[in-house]
This record gives sequence, C-alpha cells and structure tokens, in this order.
Amino acid sequence: MSNWIEVGTVQDIPKLGARVVQAPQGDIAIFRNAQDEIFALADKCPHKGGPLSQGLVHGKTVTCPMHNWKISMENGEAVAPDHGCSRVYAVKLDGEKIFLDLAK
Amino acid sequence: MSETSAREKLVVIGNGMAGIRTVEELLKIAPEKFDITVFGSEPYGNYNRILLSPVLAGEKTIKDIMLNDLQWYADNKITLHTGETVTEIDRKNCIVKTANGKTAKYDRLLLATGSNPFILPVPGRDLPGVISFRDIHDVDLMLAAARSGKHAVVIGGGLLGLEAANGLMKQGMRVTVVHIMDWLMERQMDEVSGAMLKKSLAEKGMQFMLKASTREIMGSQKVEGVKFADGTVLEADIVVMAVGIRPNIDLAKKVGLHCERGIVVNDTLQTFDPKIYAVGECVQHRGQTYGLVAPLFEMAKVCANHLAAYGIGMYRGSVTSTKLKVTGIDLFSAGDFTGDENCEDIVVRDASRGIYKKVVIKDNRIVGSVLYGDTIDGAWYFQLMREQTNVSDIRDKLMFGQAHLGDSGHGGNVVANMSDDTEICGCNGVCKGTIVNAITSKGLFTLEEVRMHTKASSSCGSCTGLVEQILETVLGGDYSAPESKPMCNCTEYTHEQVREFIRTQKLFSIPAVIEKLKWKNKDGCASCRPALNYYLLSTWPVECRDDPQSRFINERAHANIQKDGTYSVIPRMWGGMTTPDELRSIANVADEYGLKTVHVTGGQRIGLYGIKKQDLPVVWKKLNASGLVSGHAYGKALRTVKTCVGKEWCRFGTQDSTGIGIKLEQLTWGSWMPHKFKMAASGCPRNCAEATIKDFGVVCVDSGYELHVGGNRGVKVRATDLLCKVETEAEELEYCAAFIQLYREEARYLDRTAPWIERVGFSYIKQNIVENTKKRQQLAERFRISQQENETQIDPWVIRSTEGRDQEQFLPLKVIA
Ligand code: SRM
Ligand SMILES: Cc1cc2nc3c(=O)[nH]c(=O)nc-3n(C[C@H](O)[C@H](O)[C@H](O)COP(=O)(O)OP(=O)(O)OC[C@H]3O[C@@H](n4cnc5c(N)ncnc54)[C@H](O)[C@@H]3O)c2cc1C
Ligand code: SF4
Ligand code: FES
Repeated sequence: MSNWIEVGTVQDIPKLGARVVQAPQGDIAIFRNAQDEIFALADKCPHKGGPLSQGLVHGKTVTCPMHNWKISMENGEAVAPDHGCSRVYAVKLDGEKIFLDLAK
Repeated sequence: MSETSAREKLVVIGNGMAGIRTVEELLKIAPEKFDITVFGSEPYGNYNRILLSPVLAGEKTIKDIMLNDLQWYADNKITLHTGETVTEIDRKNCIVKTANGKTAKYDRLLLATGSNPFILPVPGRDLPGVISFRDIHDVDLMLAAARSGKHAVVIGGGLLGLEAANGLMKQGMRVTVVHIMDWLMERQMDEVSGAMLKKSLAEKGMQFMLKASTREIMGSQKVEGVKFADGTVLEADIVVMAVGIRPNIDLAKKVGLHCERGIVVNDTLQTFDPKIYAVGECVQHRGQTYGLVAPLFEMAKVCANHLAAYGIGMYRGSVTSTKLKVTGIDLFSAGDFTGDENCEDIVVRDASRGIYKKVVIKDNRIVGSVLYGDTIDGAWYFQLMREQTNVSDIRDKLMFGQAHLGDSGHGGNVVANMSDDTEICGCNGVCKGTIVNAITSKGLFTLEEVRMHTKASSSCGSCTGLVEQILETVLGGDYSAPESKPMCNCTEYTHEQVREFIRTQKLFSIPAVIEKLKWKNKDGCASCRPALNYYLLSTWPVECRDDPQSRFINERAHANIQKDGTYSVIPRMWGGMTTPDELRSIANVADEYGLKTVHVTGGQRIGLYGIKKQDLPVVWKKLNASGLVSGHAYGKALRTVKTCVGKEWCRFGTQDSTGIGIKLEQLTWGSWMPHKFKMAASGCPRNCAEATIKDFGVVCVDSGYELHVGGNRGVKVRATDLLCKVETEAEELEYCAAFIQLYREEARYLDRTAPWIERVGFSYIKQNIVENTKKRQQLAERFRISQQENETQIDPWVIRSTEGRDQEQFLPLKVIA
C-alpha cells in the first residue's frame, strides 16, 4: 500500500542542493542533482548523525558536512572505505511535483 | 571473450609493477573502455618486487608481497596469461604472439617489460649457482643455496647488492660484497657517507672487497669460487650478480620500435607507433631511464589517462630519492649530491653519533642531499627540492631540520621507533600498526591511498609527515610522491594550472571549468567545487557570481554547524571592542532562545551556541538591530583582529593599537580568501595581542609600525616573519591590502599564509610587497576594487534577515504532522 504525500516541486529545491521535510519519524532530506533527479534519505549520516541535507551534492552522492563521508543518494550506503547506511525513502515525480512515501 | 565485443582491446605485455599499475589507474577512470589481456613471463599474479629484499631476509613471505592475486584479474574481467612470454608483435595486423603460440589482437598495446639484470661477461657466468636478484625465482634459488652452502659472494655494492648481501647474511651465510668502485653505492652516496655505510655493515658481519675487478667465476659443475684481477680467489657456494640492470627492449627492438637505451616514449608515454604505449623500467623518456617505482607510477597515471582518451596530463620526468632497506641502517639520498663549481655544500658531521648530513644548494635551491644516520629530514629536503623552494630564508636553520622551524609537537618523531599502537592520526584515531598493515596487506604506495584506506591524515593533515615517514620505512624505497599534486581526483591539473586556465581562458563559472578541462566527474566533488568557486570569485570579482551550492555548509548558512546540527553565531567585535548595547542584545538573544552556552572565543569576541537553522535569520535581525554584524567565524575570510588597549590606557603603549585594529578590520572584512585570515595589533613590543602568530600582525613602536606576516597558532605553530617597518597608518593599510591580495591571487585554496610563505619563500613576499612599490600599489588597488564588488562588504546577515534573501534554505520544505 503506498501512501504518496506531495511535499513540493522540483523548483523548490536548489540544483545540487537539498531541503528538509520534517516528519514524525525525523527529518528527511530531499535532494536534487544536476539532472534534476530527486532522492530522499533520512537526514542522518550513518557516521555520527550529521545532517546530510547540509552537504555538497555531486553525481548521485552527497558529502556529509561533518566529516566528509560520501553517501550514495540512491541506496543510502556510505562509499568505501566507510561503512554504514542511511534509510532511503521512496520518492516519485509527477511532472514538477515531488511525492514522498514515508512507509517505504 | 567474444570477437564482436564493442569494447576496444588492450593488450599488456609484462605483468609487473608498472604495467599493472597502469591497468589499475585505467580501471579507476574508464572501467568499461577496454577488454584487457595481460601476458606475463612469470608464473604469478602481480607482486611487489620492492619487497623481495625483506623476503630474502626472512622478514616477509611471498604471500605478504602479492599485490593482485588471480582473483583480482577475474573480478576485473582481465584475461591473464601467466608463464607466457610474448615473442612477436605483428604491428600491421595488430596481433601479439607468445613463444607457446598464443595470440591476441589489440587496438592498443602496452609494453611494460621491465629490465633484465646485467650479468658480467666473464668466464663461468653460466655456471649453476650464479644468480641475479630480480624476481621470485631468484629469491627461491638464493634461499635454497643458503640452506646448503656457506659462502656467498655478491658482486655489486649498490642498493640491490647490499640488500641481497644483507638477506643472505640473515639466512646464515658468510657474505663478501665485491665492488669495483672506491666506495659503496657511489651513485647515491659520497665518499664519506659511503665509508660510514661500509663501517656499519661491517659491524653486522658483512665483508668487503672494494676496487676489485672480477676476472672469472670458477667451478666445474657449479660455482666454487671467484677470481679477481689481482689474483685473489674467494671461495663461494653462490655468486649473486647485482651489477646493474638494462631496460628490457629486446622485443620492442625486434619489431622495429625506436629504442636507444630504453624504448623511447614521448610525454604521453607513446612509442613511435601511436598504438603502442610503454611504461616502466623498459622506457627512456627525455633521455632518462628509471629504476625506482615512484616515477613508474607517475608514468602509469599519465599513460592510463591517455589510454582512457582523456588526453590531459603529461609526464615530465621525475626526481627520485633512495633509501636502503636494511634494518638498522638509515640512509637517504636524492638528486645531485656531488654538485659542481656553482654549487655550495652544507655539511654536518658527527662521527661519534654516526651522523652525516649533506645538502647541496645551487641558486638558493636544494639540488641534492645525502643523509646518513639521521634521515628524519629526508622527506622535507626532498620536498623542498621537488618544489624548487627558495631556501635562502631558512638556510641557517636548514641543517637542524624541519622540527626547528617552529613546529611544535608534531616534528621530530622517529616513526620507526614507535610502537604499533602509537596514535598517528589524532583526528581519526588511526594507529601506526593499522597504517603499516594497510600498506603491506593492501599494497599501498601513496599518501592518497593511505588516506583512502585508513583515513589517516585525511582530516586536519597535521600527521601527513608522519604518514609519509611510515610509507618510507615500510616501503624502503621512495614511495610515490608526485612533484605536482592534482587538485583532486576529478582532474590531473594542479591548483596553479586550473587558476591559470581560469584567467587565460576567461572562464566565469564552475560548469565552464569542468567542461573545458574535462573533469572526470561532471559535478566535481566536495573538494574541488569550493576551490573552484573561490578561484573564480577571486580572479573575476566583477564578472563572476557566487555559487552557494559549492560552499561548505558554514559559508552557505553564514554560521558554524555544530555536532548536533544546530549552529553557532559569532558577531564581529571590531578590533576586540564592544559596547554595553551590543552586550545587552547578545544577552537578550541568549535569554530569548534559551542558549546554554555563551563563550568568549579565542578571538576576542562572543559566541552563541545551539541555535536552530530556521531561527538564524531572526537571531541575526535582533543582533543587527544593535549594530552587530557577521563575524565570519565560519568563513575562509577575515576572522578576527585582536588588539590590546594601546596608548590610550596602557602606560607602555606607543600608538593607538585598538584604533589600528579597527581600521584594519574595516578595510578587509568580507573578502573571500584561500583560508581563514587573522590579524592583530599590539601597542608595544610586549605584544599582548600576540601579533607575531597572526597572518598579518602589527607591533607598534615609538617610531612607527612593524609589520609581520605568515604567523599561525593552530595545527602547527609558526611565528611571523618581519616584513618591514613603516611610519604611517596609511602605509600600514596599503601593505596589509597588498599582502592579502597577493595571498588571495596566488595561494592554493586551503593554504593558510604560513604554509604558503614556506612554499614560495619569504623573500618572494618581500620582493612583491616591500621592494616593488608599483606592484604593491597595484595589488592594494585590486584588493580595493574587489572589496566593492559582489556584495563583499554588505553584511551577509542583513541580506538574509532584514532583506529576506535566500529564505528557503532556512525553512523546511514541508512539515508533516
Ligand atoms: C569558536 C572558536 C573556539 C572558541 O569557542 O573559542 C573556534 C572554533 C573552531 N575552530 Fe578554531 N576557533 C576559534 C579560534 C581559533 C584560534 C584562536 C585565534 O583565532 O586566536 C585558533 C589558532 C589561531 C590560528 O588560527 O592560527 C584556531 C585554530 C583553528 C584551526 C587550525 C588552523 C590552522 O591553520 O592551523 C582549525 C582547523 C581549520 O581551520 O582547518 C580550526 C577550526 C575550528 C572549527 C571551525 C572547527 C570546525 O570545522 O567546526 C571550530 C568551529 C566551532 C564553531 O562552530 O564555532 N580552528 N581557532 C574560536 C573562534 C574565534 C572567533 O572569534 O572567530
Ligand atoms: C630486490 C629489489 C629491490 C628493489 N627495491 C626497490 C626500492 O626499495 N624502491 C624502489 O622504488 N624500487 C625498488 N626496486 C625496483 C622496482 O622493483 C622496479 O623499478 C619495478 O618493479 C619495475 O617495474 P616494471 O613494471 O617496469 O618491471 P617489472 O616489475 O620487472 O615487470 C616486468 C614484467 O614483465 C615481464 N616480461 C618481460 N618481458 C616480457 C615478455 N616479452 N612477455 C611477457 N612478460 C614479459 C617480466 O617477467 C616481469 O614480470 C627493487 C627491485 C628489486 C629487484
Ligand atoms: S573548537 Fe577548535 S580546538 Fe576546540 S574542539 Fe573544535 S576545532 Fe578543536
Ligand atoms: S557525521 Fe557524517 S561524516 Fe561524520
């Protein structure tokens, strides 16, 4: 059962940047890359919980602002040699609109 | 692999260190481009040839020195033919063929055939028991001989010969080293250090015959002895020939590739047949051949780049240094250590402690060095040499070593003597043992690789020197420290080259740079984007616009992020001065937002901690109301200007140091710089504002102002250099502006002034700022212009609070209840 919630439009997020959705389960970072792809991760780095939404976005990765771990925005995995994973949330685009599913 | 594969075919001849390194570099940047086939005469995967010496000495096993096992080839879909020697290349049809008749077609061919040991052309050279020292097979032969025989003769007193002799001695043999020259390792040592080396080795039990010319190797079925020109005869169960190597060019020559001493290649490692590349000991580049891995790895990098059709990066030759891997013997040698009539030697000799140090200087630059007994500063001299640093300013301190240049706490450590659990990297908690382990088990050679695998030295970098020393001790020889480091992994270009491009090609945006210079990652990375943003803004203050998404969060949010994701706010207190009104508004904000921490910072101002990002604009607005503005405590920019109370109150004060501090701060605040920049002004030489550890410091004296530059009190303490004395405040401000502008235009991003000055030499700063009046005025003028552009001197807090710009970043996209 999916439960898509509209959270905003692609234009609301800066290219190569992120915005935060405040949800009951904690902050969720919504990223936009150069190709206008949208990703959603729990806004918590697997290292020490740094806010990934404040990092630098490049390709399909975000570099955490705290200690520079690189996290894949696709699957939430830290790039080697680091280990760890941030929770991924499902997002989809309908035209310019971004939908988020908190259950998935 | 199917013949119809869309990929191009790359064939590599030689499964050694240079060939496989090139393949590794290629896989990093263009993993999908080629189907790769490797031919190797030896029956193994790829191993670390350097470490054969410790294997012979019984300190390591063959398993320890494997770099890439067969599984690695399989994992990377590389077809490996071991035990196959390529004997023919059909250049017309692009096919190679081995002695056993195996063939492979290529689109690109890489020759990495290494070298062959040179065997003296004397009678008896083919007898069993005459062994060279090049590969695993040779080591096996020596180890077998050591089990049955007693006497070994090693012909050749160079690096390889001495390492072989040391190993055989460790295996229980009586070893005599025979050398034709007057002293050992004459290509790396001068006479004095060569003699010291001989003495230490003799104390370990090694025997020597110098100035000895071998006539004949005696024996009927196998080696029994060696006969010399003067008639002497030495008994021998084995004879190790270590008299030199010759680039292995047989195959290349046979198929008509242009060869001299080695296979001749150009700066992109191509032979005269553009489909055929060559790397490693087999090549000759700009007249040079090499026998150490560091240059080969530099070649590998450039070659891979060209195979991948990126077409950037040139190999321009290497400067090399050597160490001997004999435990307990410290020697270091680099460059031209004999010099000529235009050179000067600085020599320190302490016979009782067995220490000898020689540095050869030409035109104020180090051109060579030999160190014996105390090699701690080898890496430093080598760096000064490679970077061509002008050493005239540090000449008198040079021989005392880097530790005496004001480095507190981090210098002077002898890593070899440290235990495995000594912490090397304080930021990431990495111990010596972990680093050593990673180097040996993962086959690492460079600082970059150690950073990648262990994180050591990847944060504040203050342990870089120690990590480099560990690399040296573990690898023995020179580890790969390229002369000019690329800006980051996205490019082969150095900081300087990128800046030059931005200037000459008139590039105005990050995408333009990335596109023009063919960056490997289309968005760049977290390390180059902030640097590019800075280079663009500082080069084209009028034309370029800031890119907030290429700034670290602190600079994007104009506040410092804290470990819990909240922010700190530190307003400016001009010259360390404040007012009751300002203090009241700080107190009000702290009350209103329940801020637990109000800290008097190390920079004479007040920091408020624990503010939520969405509250920042309102907090700023409240502070703005009493006149407080951003203190840029988060920026690569002017931070604080510390002052003492000066003439107005202090009984010793000679000038208005507080007033000077305020003027300096007003002149320079807001400007983006390569790194943070701190200033101070003290009212007299008692120097209560600590001006001599700041990037720019003023010490007032009765007759005027002493100007100091290049101080630092963080990771590595450095006292300033005295730039000059001036008489008026106007001059003082002009010098300050000019100095900052020179730093802004020429330092690498993330260079504080201290390391920058150490690299370019203080004389260079003096020439530009003090001696050349016109240059100084132009620099100061350019600084003035840039201060008026790009909202530099408009408070960023006002823009984001009262003016309401850029609000989205402070607000959530949506709140889901
Ligand atoms: C706030 C402050 C500590 C305090 O509460 O007193 C501070 C806090 C930080 N310092 Fe500092 N430094 C502070 C004064 C200093 C001083 C003292 C001074 O300025 O007189 C030094 C030594 C002087 C110098 O720089 O030469 C200092 C040398 C460093 C260094 C080492 C710099 C170096 O070149 O060696 C770093 C690391 C870096 O910049 O890469 C650093 C980095 C940091 C960072 C930015 C670490 C980080 O990346 O988060 C800290 C930010 C915490 C925050 O959010 O506020 N801090 N830091 C001080 C702010 C002063 C201000 O009013 O702006
Ligand atoms: C004992 C020892 C100690 C050393 N110590 C140091 C040191 O401390 N520091 C340092 O920097 N360097 C050191 N070196 C030198 C370093 O090992 C070499 O510079 C490096 O290995 C050369 O790499 P290469 O790829 O050019 O040649 P190699 O590693 O020799 O590889 C060439 C390979 O090609 C194969 N081959 C040749 N012709 C053919 C063909 N026709 N078909 C198929 N295969 C072929 C060879 O069998 C060989 O395996 C040392 C070398 C030795 C032997
Ligand atoms: S404020 Fe400075 S010294 Fe203190 S912990 Fe942070 S970086 Fe280290
Ligand atoms: S919290 Fe993200 S890298 Fe440490």
